[in-house]
Amino acid sequence: MSRRPDAIVVGAGIVGAACAEALAREGLRVEVLEAGIAGGGTTAAGMGHIVVMDDSEAQFALTSYSRRLWSELAAELPENCEFLPCGTLWVAEEEAQLEALRAKAAFYTARGVEAELLDARGVAEAEPNLRTPLAGGLLVAGDGVVYPPAVARYLLARAREHGAGLREGCRVERIEGRAVLVGGERIEAGLVVNAAGAAAAELTPGLPIMPRKGHLVVTDRYPGFCRHQVVELGYLKSAHVLTSESVAFNVQPRATGQLLIGSSRELVGWDAAVNRRLVGQMLRRAIEFMPGLASLKALRVWTGFRPATPDKLPLIGRWEEADGLWIAAGHEGLGITTALGTARILADLVLGRTPELDPAPYAPGRVQAEATA
Amino acid sequence: MSEQVEIQVNGKVVRVRAGVSLAAALLDAGEPVFRRSVGGSPRGPLCGMGVCFECRVTIDGVAHRRACLEPVVPGMKVVTGG
Repeated sequence: MSRRPDAIVVGAGIVGAACAEALAREGLRVEVLEAGIAGGGTTAAGMGHIVVMDDSEAQFALTSYSRRLWSELAAELPENCEFLPCGTLWVAEEEAQLEALRAKAAFYTARGVEAELLDARGVAEAEPNLRTPLAGGLLVAGDGVVYPPAVARYLLARAREHGAGLREGCRVERIEGRAVLVGGERIEAGLVVNAAGAAAAELTPGLPIMPRKGHLVVTDRYPGFCRHQVVELGYLKSAHVLTSESVAFNVQPRATGQLLIGSSRELVGWDAAVNRRLVGQMLRRAIEFMPGLASLKALRVWTGFRPATPDKLPLIGRWEEADGLWIAAGHEGLGITTALGTARILADLVLGRTPELDPAPYAPGRVQAEATA
Repeated sequence: MSEQVEIQVNGKVVRVRAGVSLAAALLDAGEPVFRRSVGGSPRGPLCGMGVCFECRVTIDGVAHRRACLEPVVPGMKVVTGG
């Protein structure tokens, strides 16, 4: 580095990449330090679902804001980013879930997000490979899919056009306010952004983020087998169980014709080994919804770690405990969607502007990590 | 002349030798392109023993069957180039 950077971004996952791009575009001299390869961590273990969520007003605000930014970005994304505006089909398996489905539809509609209720026949027509009959579905047509590692690299390339530097294989050992330690070298900057995802709390003790493991299965190419990202309505229930393991049906068509099948959640620290029992449970759940999946050929199973926070909202903003330190981490399973909104909010806060969204719900200091011995 | 059977390849009836693998039969029938890669390049049998997965075709509606491991069966419907 020839000159002191204005900002060091720690982590080149999709969140760090988006932050680097947003800051570099504003004229800041940005240096991105990535322990592994850009987009190779949690970003490479995410499905790449661009989805508006209704778990809380703050989650809705960030996901819908971000989805709008994605639709603006989509036009310029190169083909290898595999943007696919396939929509999300939420499916209810039991009559008892129809009330929740209608409530979800009403929530979206009241906030200007297009959402169409489907009856059993409508669901079957939308996705012929779903088992029949299902009780109903909700089609959110504006959602979509991208290939996250390629997007991360695209955003970094854009950041570099604005003068940003990227160092891969560069593990930050410590963050000290406006400086980082790398291999014994101390690099000073105007500010540091901790965007280290699930590992963010290791660099900034006190951040309430822990790794929440998930599995993904990818199949061979079966174009047309499934047309939307299809998610069971009970997905949120699975996402909410913070203490034990859970699975939920979630399948996604890729631009290549391949299918991604999820999802699982468990708290096992950093053990990345495939949990065959849980993968079995996850696939059985998927096959309950889409029996035809059983005869498809799976190519690969892998794992990744969602950066989970206690209130399921990311941490975006200044970390008051250390001078010059900013946080953009803790996005759990929504980091692909919310990366763009996160970057915009962070850049606005760094530059002293008022963000388009109220940043208070995402303030890093709002929740405290569980006290550790 | 060895015994022959009829199979369907991309909708056309083709006479092939009985008792051989589908991969051999397709090559005999002048069908070197078994499938296309993601990038669109033509692919065909390489290892001939089920390891390389290059010879995948659709057999009777089931995609990604390895032609080198499937014996020809009279009347089987094969689709290549997928």
